[in-house]
Amino acid sequence: MDIPKIKYLRNASFQDKLKGFFLTISGLTIFNLEFFKQLFTLPIEIEQIKKHMSELGVKTFSIVSIMGFILGFVLALQSYPVLERFGATDFLPATVSLSIIRELAPILTALIFAGRVSSGIGAEISSMRVTEQIDAMEVSAVNPFKYLVVSRVIATTFILPILTIYVIMISLVGAFIAVIMTDNMSLIYFINAVVASISFGDFVPAILKTYVFGYIVGIAGSYKGYTADGGTEGVGRASTTAVVLASLLILIVDMVMVKITVWLWPSIG
Amino acid sequence: MMKNPIIEIKNLEKSFGDLCILNKISLNVFEGENFIVFGQSGSGKSVLLKCIVGLLTPDSGEIKINGKSVLNLSNDNLNNVRKSMGFLFQGAALYDSMSVRDNLQFPLIRNYNFTNDELTQKTITTLAMVGLESAIDKMPSELSGGMKKRIGLARAIITEPKIMFYDEPTTGLDPITSKEISVLILELQRKLNMTAIVVTHDLLCAEIIADRAIVLNKGDIVEEGTIEELTASDNKLLRNFFSHEIINQ
Repeated sequence: MDIPKIKYLRNASFQDKLKGFFLTISGLTIFNLEFFKQLFTLPIEIEQIKKHMSELGVKTFSIVSIMGFILGFVLALQSYPVLERFGATDFLPATVSLSIIRELAPILTALIFAGRVSSGIGAEISSMRVTEQIDAMEVSAVNPFKYLVVSRVIATTFILPILTIYVIMISLVGAFIAVIMTDNMSLIYFINAVVASISFGDFVPAILKTYVFGYIVGIAGSYKGYTADGGTEGVGRASTTAVVLASLLILIVDMVMVKITVWLWPSIG
Repeated sequence: MMKNPIIEIKNLEKSFGDLCILNKISLNVFEGENFIVFGQSGSGKSVLLKCIVGLLTPDSGEIKINGKSVLNLSNDNLNNVRKSMGFLFQGAALYDSMSVRDNLQFPLIRNYNFTNDELTQKTITTLAMVGLESAIDKMPSELSGGMKKRIGLARAIITEPKIMFYDEPTTGLDPITSKEISVLILELQRKLNMTAIVVTHDLLCAEIIADRAIVLNKGDIVEEGTIEELTASDNKLLRNFFSHEIINQ
């Protein structure tokens, strides 16, 4: 796998930056193709996948819990006065839950996950690259791409949807607490209103896109780490650029996927 | 003593952009010998090693190991060749997220079918060879520079390779530890009957282990011979190089 090297210049001109941009796209394409090629070759690193999934879950659990609660709480607090103006406070559970499920929980969880995990993967793999640990694996007749990259990308792809579902639940708890602080709505009414307002077209596409976001987080971190050079400076650069790349790709892909969802399920548009 | 050439290199060329690192290098390394590659920093020594083990692809030339060309091999075939090789990296390159035990067992678990008992036994025996049985459950961050080199050496020899590559095995170590590592390399080579290529600019290390050596400068082989022949050479570059090394020692 020959990935084009990007030279990082301190005073890069516009031309250098443009060249770097296209080299990143070509490098990322080669890296993705290599991933799918390696994905279907044996052995499957089950133990590594399990290890990464549990590590990533533990690493991000507390931050997404806090984020989820505050998200639901604030959204309900902000929406209440607006709905009250129109005498539509009964619609609060539906408004809040739809906003959370369709867009806010998937995108915010993915961005938080990118910040926490992409940088970690970028730093881990790049430090292995600059200290020749990846070369050592290769010389030991072990496929480092399979061991380091494929296992991490599979783990991020499957853990993010689980985290998103968890964030949705925590957000709804936050929203309910905000609601009972301002209104005398019962829990039963809140749950019934939420359940009645959610359809297949709200929930499934939102969760499906988090698989893609999880894949992006893993692949961006791994790509930046695997192609790092330049000693400790290269490790720092891989870690920060991984977050930027992952966040940017998540936002672009979200835009495309929302458009596709609306096209496939016009009723939710 | 000298038998068949295990490694044959013909007209090997490697450049990075406009910078020529190896310029039509040709050499043979024979079975059971310790072959030293001398040269200043940036002379292309490590690049030569990395080309031989397939970490870098040369621009042109030929590399044969046991009579078979290793360039243009598929990944699977190249990995089969690599199973007969060991490599000690300059910084030891221990996997820092794994204990010493896991570092040593890593290539065994993935390439061979040993039982857990056999793995443990093999790990202990190999660590005993480098005198560090007590470090089996330590993490790399708990080891000194010399210990890391020893563990790196243990990891390289645990698969009982026929060919060993050493990239600056004594760099960054104090003179006493350097000598210990050099003696250990020689002992292991004799015990396991390995062929070795050692990249170094440490004359003391070379004097202990070398059967034959070359000196690289700006991608060319300047001189070839035994250590005695090289140190006695009239070549100005060699005289400068070795006089600096002697002063350093």
